[in-house]
Amino acid sequence: MTTIQQPGSELPLQQLENVVIRFAGDSGDGMQITGNQFTMTSALAGNDLATLPDFPAEIRAPVGTRPGVSGFQLQFSANDIHTPGDAPDVLVAMNPAALAVNLSTLKPGGLIVVNTGSFKATDLRKAKLETNPLEDGSLDAFRVIPVDINQRVLDALSDSELSKKDKARCKNFYTLGLMYWVYSRPLETTMDWLATKFAKKPDLVSANQTALQAGYNAGDIHELFQGRYEVPKTDALPAGTYRNINGNQAVALGVVAGAQLAGLRPVLGSYPITPASTILEELAGLKRFGVITMQLEDEIAAVCAAIGASFTGCLGVTSTSGPGMALKGEAMGLAVSAELPLLILDIQRAGPSTGMPTKVEQSDLLQAVFGRNGDTPMPVLAASSPADALEVTIDACRIAVEFMTPVIFLSDNFIANGSEPWLLPDLDTLKEFPVEFATNPEGHRTYMRDEKGSRPWVKPGTPDMAFRIGGLEKDTDGNISYDPDNHQSMTDQRHQKVQNVANTYPPTEVVGETKGDLVVLGWGSSKGIITQSVIDSLQAGRKVSRIHLRNIWPLPNDLDEILTGFKAILVPEMNVGQLARVLRSEMPHQNFISYSKVTGQPFLVSEITEKIATILEN
Amino acid sequence: MSNQATLTKKDFQSDQEVRWCPGCGDYVILSAIQKHMAEVGADPSNVVFVSGIGCSSRFPYYMNTYGFHTIHGRAPAFATGIKVANPELDVWLITGDGDAMSIGGNHFIHALRRNINMNVLMFNNQIYGLTKGQYSPTSPEGKRTKTSPMGAIDRPFNPISLALGANSTFAARTLDTDSKHMAAIFSAAHKHQGTAFVEILQNCVIFNKDFYNDTVAKDVRAEKTIDLIPGEKMIFGSEREKGLRVNGWNVEVCSAEESDVWDAGTESSAPAFLMSQMDDDPNLPMPLGIFRSVDATCYDKAVNGQVEEALAKEGPGDLKELIWSGNCWEID
Repeated sequence: MTTIQQPGSELPLQQLENVVIRFAGDSGDGMQITGNQFTMTSALAGNDLATLPDFPAEIRAPVGTRPGVSGFQLQFSANDIHTPGDAPDVLVAMNPAALAVNLSTLKPGGLIVVNTGSFKATDLRKAKLETNPLEDGSLDAFRVIPVDINQRVLDALSDSELSKKDKARCKNFYTLGLMYWVYSRPLETTMDWLATKFAKKPDLVSANQTALQAGYNAGDIHELFQGRYEVPKTDALPAGTYRNINGNQAVALGVVAGAQLAGLRPVLGSYPITPASTILEELAGLKRFGVITMQLEDEIAAVCAAIGASFTGCLGVTSTSGPGMALKGEAMGLAVSAELPLLILDIQRAGPSTGMPTKVEQSDLLQAVFGRNGDTPMPVLAASSPADALEVTIDACRIAVEFMTPVIFLSDNFIANGSEPWLLPDLDTLKEFPVEFATNPEGHRTYMRDEKGSRPWVKPGTPDMAFRIGGLEKDTDGNISYDPDNHQSMTDQRHQKVQNVANTYPPTEVVGETKGDLVVLGWGSSKGIITQSVIDSLQAGRKVSRIHLRNIWPLPNDLDEILTGFKAILVPEMNVGQLARVLRSEMPHQNFISYSKVTGQPFLVSEITEKIATILEN
Repeated sequence: MSNQATLTKKDFQSDQEVRWCPGCGDYVILSAIQKHMAEVGADPSNVVFVSGIGCSSRFPYYMNTYGFHTIHGRAPAFATGIKVANPELDVWLITGDGDAMSIGGNHFIHALRRNINMNVLMFNNQIYGLTKGQYSPTSPEGKRTKTSPMGAIDRPFNPISLALGANSTFAARTLDTDSKHMAAIFSAAHKHQGTAFVEILQNCVIFNKDFYNDTVAKDVRAEKTIDLIPGEKMIFGSEREKGLRVNGWNVEVCSAEESDVWDAGTESSAPAFLMSQMDDDPNLPMPLGIFRSVDATCYDKAVNGQVEEALAKEGPGDLKELIWSGNCWEID
């Protein structure tokens, strides 16, 4: 590959502050890979970025149909950004279904790069289109760059020995190459990635690299763009070393780090479920860290095995999503009753029932806080971004071992699969919370309590410390007790212990004025969107503050007093107002305004900005 | 097992009052286990009894060892976590026919196929006792109970056949009225490396009193049962005059001299399965004893083995290196 001159360098180069691009195609078109490669390259180019993978639950829905459309949206910017963007500036549509599904989100006047090779009559039929959008005027409001990518890939690979089918599969890299040219991105990262990815299949390396380069060099198409763009590197990010991380990777690292800080071996019991499975996959690959992973026969066995590991003196962890949470409920209750540490990772997805497994929702909050039989209090934390997921996972580990309690960590599909630049932490600043197992039988009682309300942890195998525990109500010695006063007392002790967790929180941070007409109180993955909405509102002259809750249960001790400073509290949630319901029951005197969205898609910045405006104007 | 041979049965008794019904078969089983543990010189600090829910599952409270009384049917999954987390522990799982065969059927079969190195004692009284007398998955067809007033319609599980179908590496059956037989079976189970499944026919004096008397009562037992002892001829009868031999796909009664030697270690579990199915044939004795005993990889060891292998190959993981892996970039 020798390029003497940058192709298209005679065309004008325009600087942009930020770009939102959405790659959309069939599930088999490799759109997630394309998006991830563009992300990585943009990250290395020094942009701030945020991504939104949006794919179907079906592995390969019928080719060319609307249900089979897989999308990947990415915003990259020279500024500090918080969201993948409301509306794409550019839509790359690999087939009619991808165009039809995504057209409504595109910005007016936006750019559509369309693969005309996939617009035959049969393709249109599969996409349930009666007329060809390329001809019927429905794209008149946009700039359309028609490229027969199917044919161009075959032409570019005319020398390759690959089958026609395999050549056609290189079209995503042709497309990526083209978009790299448009946004003045280097090819090296993806070239290297291909060389590693297909190291054992040199013909695939060469074909995909050729396709990438051919897309980049396609001079006649470049003419159609009338120029190329550049998004300069950002100076908004703090100095340091960065890498991209998605939420589930961060959680896996958090489990390893949390267990190390506690001085324990992490033991994950899990059962594959979308969108949590990659946590099990990640941790299964980290055996050299002493991590034990078990893929059990079902969700119940997964949590039970994790509790068994905690009983034995390890850090038991289980990972799942909403339906699995429902199945694990009884066992979680046992961990509450036996008072054993346990980390429950719930990567939420749209429900009820099987719901929409690959779509985002925050609708497990009430299940997490209350969804068990009996009075069964349990701390609940929620991550707000992929990078935040690491810190929150570590803190969940801390709470679990310091308070001898199961802890629920909530994430969601947006965090799990979305990625962002992550400023690598200084590991030396992480505070250790080493576990001390009880070994001295002198004065020891199984459910005696320390000043936090926590009980001692004894490792089976320790001489002269044998105990029997279980899910029946017990007395201080762990023996079965149906005594009325004892049950009252143990229930109160379990409740108080969980309440005491709030004493370990840092002060709740209010971003902006600490008093005013309106504060937006968010939780979970909406943080970036709320942040941007508040910034936009302030720029528009609307006074609004922002609080983001990490600790869902117990609520921070200082929250009520802080909220007293505001006339109204807007609570945007991707559910029908679950946090708002909890807040209202805990602080009935506050004015909570619930803002609910359950489309399986994140909030748009504009939606929350408009809501803020409406509230402040009334 | 340490050399604390000085321990006695009493050392394995906890200070808790035993709350089974007077005359319950569970008392004899508890006593037999406590005696066995003392005899093999088990270290109480290294022993964990795990149970689910049901009458039998109260067992751990009465053992002066570590104990975990868990939730209904899930004990095999807890025990899996315990044994994987610390393979050095001597893990015993106490369950019943409802706990293991019904609500916990899934966990039961998966524990067996994984071959966790532990002992599973299933108390089979063919009835739900703690919920006061409903039919269980091992109750015979036609069994009249509170929930089957016209007789149970369900076809029962044969626990040994089920265990064999789940690739059990050790399957045996014993009897709560025969302490000596129990001791021999517990000893063989305890020695076995892998999941040792022991079905104990156990009398529920309140809801299914003497259900097994047609087969195992003193006066009929010699004729109606046979003790499968690996390496010995299959002989039964009040005069030990009868034997069993395998003929094609069938087991048939023959003279003691003509009987086959029982092999519990055949590559195929088919012979053991044939024996287990004799329960349903009124012309054949019901087998007690050891149906199957073979070696296979234990999951708990293998899981830890992979961790050790990764450590040996790749060296201990360095968190900093892990976090700094992949495509990193600097921002000044």
